[in-house]
Amino acid sequence: MSDQLLRVEGLKKHFAFTKGILFSRTLGHVKAVDDVSFDIKAGETLGLVGESGCGKTTTSRMILNLEEPTEGRILLEDEPISGLQGDALKAYRAKVQAVFQDPWSSLNPRMKVGRTIAESLIVNGWGDKEKIAGRVRELLLQVGLRPEQAEQYPHEFSGGQRQRVALAAALASRPKLIVLDEPVSALDVSIRAQMMNLLKDIQAQDNVAYLLVAHDLATVRHMADHTVVMYLGKIVEKAPTEQLFADVRHPYTKALFSAVLVAWPGRSEEEIELRGEVPSPLNPPAGCRFHTRCPYVMPRCSQQEPALREVSPGHAVACHLFDNA
Amino acid sequence: MSDTSPGDTVLEVRDLHTHFFLRRGVVKAVDGVSFSLKRGEVLGLVGESGCGKSLTALSLMRLLPKGGARTIKGEVLLGGENILQHTPAEMREIRGRRISMVLQDPQTSLNPVFSVGDQLREAIERRRKGASLSEIMKEAVAALRRVEIAAPEQRIGQYPHQMSGGMKQRVVGAIAISGEPEVLIADEPTTALDVTIQLQYLKLLKRLQAENGMAILFITHDFGVVGRMCDRVAVMYAGRIVECGPVKQIFEAPQHPYTRALIASVPKMTGPVGRLTTIEGQPPSLMDLPVGCRFASRCALVEQRCLDAYPRSVRVGAAHTADCWKVSPP
Repeated sequence: MSDQLLRVEGLKKHFAFTKGILFSRTLGHVKAVDDVSFDIKAGETLGLVGESGCGKTTTSRMILNLEEPTEGRILLEDEPISGLQGDALKAYRAKVQAVFQDPWSSLNPRMKVGRTIAESLIVNGWGDKEKIAGRVRELLLQVGLRPEQAEQYPHEFSGGQRQRVALAAALASRPKLIVLDEPVSALDVSIRAQMMNLLKDIQAQDNVAYLLVAHDLATVRHMADHTVVMYLGKIVEKAPTEQLFADVRHPYTKALFSAVLVAWPGRSEEEIELRGEVPSPLNPPAGCRFHTRCPYVMPRCSQQEPALREVSPGHAVACHLFDNA
Repeated sequence: MSDTSPGDTVLEVRDLHTHFFLRRGVVKAVDGVSFSLKRGEVLGLVGESGCGKSLTALSLMRLLPKGGARTIKGEVLLGGENILQHTPAEMREIRGRRISMVLQDPQTSLNPVFSVGDQLREAIERRRKGASLSEIMKEAVAALRRVEIAAPEQRIGQYPHQMSGGMKQRVVGAIAISGEPEVLIADEPTTALDVTIQLQYLKLLKRLQAENGMAILFITHDFGVVGRMCDRVAVMYAGRIVECGPVKQIFEAPQHPYTRALIASVPKMTGPVGRLTTIEGQPPSLMDLPVGCRFASRCALVEQRCLDAYPRSVRVGAAHTADCWKVSPP
């Protein structure tokens, strides 16, 4: 077995765009995810960054087996996940869990949180009532809540506490990977820091890997070992996080970095304000998808799609500026 | 446009109290807020959910939510007049003309069944009574052009659903400033936008402000936005402003323990990556506020007098104040 926990190879997801109900015809395809590859090692965090519509959520939904890829494959511990059924699918769901952005809608308001946390244990026939109750207490303590809070309903918790409950539920089946889809962006600044510290502590204890889908670069910097930057369904840059933050290469990543408002005034050196908005993924620009907004655009950018190539060990960029590098 | 010159105070808020009177008790959501806003200035109002920053803004607009919210004390002086004493009819004349507001979610600020041209027309018509439709539409196109919407002649006939989030927020901005207000209240206007679009919008606001010199009260929870946009910043906690000063001073030498902890807990883009500083505990219940400092229960420096009495406001520098017993004047 390789040391990769999860491998994503040439992943594509195209949604058909149809017109008409009875005699519907396909007008085109939205290429939400278009040839994406990366891998995650056990116990590591991969940050997936990009703006709305870049395909980061679709990618994570395919990894969660909620969406069938159009092309490409996903392997968990060298086993392809497509076509999993019955017990094999259940086992996969136990290994790959998720925590979503909105702690207000991700918990069932009519279910005591203890029951929500126990849900995956019950489904997987993990043990008898008492054993499960014990595990729920253990999980609540692990996420910094009190065991007796198992008897409370979600409305009795604050946003930060709800997010801890969601995390406890995700941890219940001892997963190998947790998809964290904007886990802190709905939380207040001071609560955000608590949650990020907790996530790191749990990773250190349980050796669980995270796929962190986020738009906030500072959060990714603090959490992720590797970072992948996406734009309109494509990976434009990927690198070890430290390397990426020290040496940003792709013009889009540069723009993204300069758009991050550094709190300290008078600190932004090179500022790139992108013109226009992200083009529609239904009809993405030919060649490099970023060429319509790129400040360094060259003639070949509109004709030829740049390949993702390494510019230094582990650091890959898809941009014609680095063709001869 | 009024005849104020730069540096004049256009808005002054004194000891504002807005409470919710509920069957369960009184929620003191805004409880003694004071600040002033000068012409051409951007004042940031920062704080976490529930600290009362949005309710402060709504109190200034006299648009309190239904269900028991009342401003019971204080003054809001707009150009020297206390608008809390205005009649509803007088307020309608002021809103949109002298004081305007942009909200977080452009999706809900615009009416989905009217074209953006109709919605702009409504704002312009009130100001230019008796103008012909073609004059008003010409002005509406100009308003869209001012907020840098490409091809405004085509866009004006479109409906909100035909526009992206960033563009809708520009339309909201165009409506808000069409009356040339002296004060613009922006309540988290970029929170729903993507980062590259956020930067575009903030720069646009700055350019518009440079053109007409309006004062902006910028409500946000994001210190990055504060650093980019604001001249001064007021930090709110549990219904009160606990520290207020020039942005640079607040970032470089925050005085109030809450401000310090809040700034320290923000993940940074540079420097070492380690454990983040957190603020333990929760803010006090607004129904049962302590007599002393409201941050005392979470403060590392707490001592007896912090629990006994609310701290006096200490002047720590030019235009920089902090409400804390542990801060001594320089």
